[in-house]
Amino acid sequence: MDFTFTEDQLMFREAISRFLMTEAAPEKLREIWETAEGRCPELRSSMATQGLTALSIPEADGGLGMGDIAWSLMTQELGYYGIPDSLADTAYVGAGLFSALGDDVAGKNDYLTKICDGELRLAIGHQCSPLVADAHLAEVLLLQHGDEVHLVPRDNIDEVVNQSIDSSRRLSQVTWQPKPETCIASGEAGAKIWHETLNRGALSVAGQLLGLAQRMLDLSVDYSVQRKQFGKAIGSFQAVKHHLADVAGKIEIAKPVLYRAACSLENNHPLTDVHVSQARNFCSEAAALAARHGLQIHGAMGYTWEVDLQMFMKRSWAINNTWGDSIFHQARVQDYVLNSDADLAPSKTFEGA
Amino acid sequence: MKLTYTPEQQSFRLEVREWLAANVPKEKLPTYDTKAGFELHREWERKLHQAGYSMVMWPKEYGGRGCDLIDWLIFEEEYYGAGAPGRVNQNGQLLLGSTLLEFGTPAQKAQFLPRMASSDDMWAQAWSEPNAGSDMANISSKALLDGDHYILNGQKTWSTRAIYADWAFGLFRSEVGSKRHHGLSFLMVPLDAEGVTIRPIKALDGEDAFAEIFFDNVKVPVEHRIGDEGKGWHVAMATAGFERGLLLRSPARFQQPVRKLVQLYRDNKASADRDPSIGVAVAKCWSDAEAYALSAYNTVGRLNSGAKIGAESSLNKVFWSELDLLIHQTAMNILGATGELLASGSLAQEQAYWLNGFLFAQAGPIYAGSNEIQRNIVAERMLGLPR
Repeated sequence: MDFTFTEDQLMFREAISRFLMTEAAPEKLREIWETAEGRCPELRSSMATQGLTALSIPEADGGLGMGDIAWSLMTQELGYYGIPDSLADTAYVGAGLFSALGDDVAGKNDYLTKICDGELRLAIGHQCSPLVADAHLAEVLLLQHGDEVHLVPRDNIDEVVNQSIDSSRRLSQVTWQPKPETCIASGEAGAKIWHETLNRGALSVAGQLLGLAQRMLDLSVDYSVQRKQFGKAIGSFQAVKHHLADVAGKIEIAKPVLYRAACSLENNHPLTDVHVSQARNFCSEAAALAARHGLQIHGAMGYTWEVDLQMFMKRSWAINNTWGDSIFHQARVQDYVLNSDADLAPSKTFEGA
Repeated sequence: MKLTYTPEQQSFRLEVREWLAANVPKEKLPTYDTKAGFELHREWERKLHQAGYSMVMWPKEYGGRGCDLIDWLIFEEEYYGAGAPGRVNQNGQLLLGSTLLEFGTPAQKAQFLPRMASSDDMWAQAWSEPNAGSDMANISSKALLDGDHYILNGQKTWSTRAIYADWAFGLFRSEVGSKRHHGLSFLMVPLDAEGVTIRPIKALDGEDAFAEIFFDNVKVPVEHRIGDEGKGWHVAMATAGFERGLLLRSPARFQQPVRKLVQLYRDNKASADRDPSIGVAVAKCWSDAEAYALSAYNTVGRLNSGAKIGAESSLNKVFWSELDLLIHQTAMNILGATGELLASGSLAQEQAYWLNGFLFAQAGPIYAGSNEIQRNIVAERMLGLPR
């Protein structure tokens, strides 16, 4: 029974954090927000150089061979720095999907190698998300048609691009025709792939929300120490302290839930769905409270474009209902607790692992 | 990260489970906030001790069985899962016991721990005073050194079950004129000593759950001081950390009521579902109790790899006390019109379980340092906000 991460995992996180601190500093984010596409190819390629795109690619395909547990750390960094990129969709969720394909799928290893090298951008259209993020830049799309997984070149789709409250995000309504030549998995195998893909997507969102929550807390703490009212730093007022302590509490309780979900996903635990949704719910609550209290502590400044808080707050609102919205994830937990005949004895927490 | 138990841990779990299945009283014991109930609980504690399950993580020489913290969590899961009685001597065993193990002299450990493990000595806390509750550094009860003794004068209050206990432990001002957390000493006091007067205070349910303790020239040998003269604050903070942190409130303590809550919901589904928010709350209770358990295992992992736990125990305390309120408020909402019934009537066994829990949960955000104080601690020590 051990919740700790390996040295490799922690060192990699540390390295990525240092890298993003400069490469994705708030002023850079603001520049990228101003661009037409909302994305920065140089940032993506430098993240690839850092090894981020190779994280979960099998070692045989030139990657680092880490899995969901490592991503539970890395997605927090992506959230913390609010990176204007859907890297996790490609390098984590998409890579996971490709890895799960049968070896008979033509080009599987080529795709994995291209993801690893940072040369491929892909977008994923799952039935739980009517809008496809980053379809406007993707070379190929992984699209759901019932139990079928389709790998569709962007030329074969029609899209209407929409802007998000998060200025870096573009979401497309995609129309396309499923054809036998684009189908790369179907039936039971396809259903299983979509199921796992949804869980990976939700875990990715959960990790990013947790990172965003921590960033909003840090920004709010800094602001409350600098900002003076009535001749004192507002951080010395009990009402302000309690808001921030409550956010810290939400973040701390969400962490082990996120890590357990990652562990369950990596090890095919029979309750992975419940654990992932539980993690999504806790991280979502942490981010929502960090945004609400963060805004309150920043006062009217927090409602402006000027302070950095807005970027992270809006990102957290934007991604909160992707890869299964809140109602979906709450219902998955609720169904298990209320409507299954599961024995919920205290000894069951880690059973089935 | 490997979230599985070792074969040794699994066999320990089964051993505990079997013993509890054979030995947990079939009839629920009466409340330990009465003299008779208190003594029945002491009997249960002795039985536990004889089987080696009283203080599983203490060293064997002091009446424990040398288990690690994971084994302790497993024991707690089985203990609460079996519906075994509440631990009547927990103030001694979990709080003072942990303090003695960390700060006690070899002689103190040998004298106090075995009798605590067997519940031959029952312990009460004596922290609060009429003007020193959450502001504990405002303590004014005095302990003045006189040769090889301290002479105690003053008053303590809100001391849980002090009228039935044999000993009390707490902080006393041992340096004349000292201020705040300086000049305090941590002392253990026999409650049958000359000059000790104990006056019960009735709790919400009408039972003598706590008491005031008056000290009138009470003589306590110097050997009953834990830690150095005048340095009691440091020791007391460690004890308070145990109280807010894991030891007093193992996750299983909330997981078991949640399991019963889910059953209560399932048994009353038609009525409960008149308000969909009830189902939402039940699921949230389960999820929160589960999260608290995960957090405990995570903390134990960090402790085992040498980390010290600081202000996080304050977050813990806020979390479990609010969870306890939610669990019991949700149960009361499900019970509806019968929720007010005391245990005496024919209808009321199930109801009384929830009503007692509901009443006790109301105190959670107050005792062990109010939640407002905990949030201040988190803000100042974890987040670095100015005082």
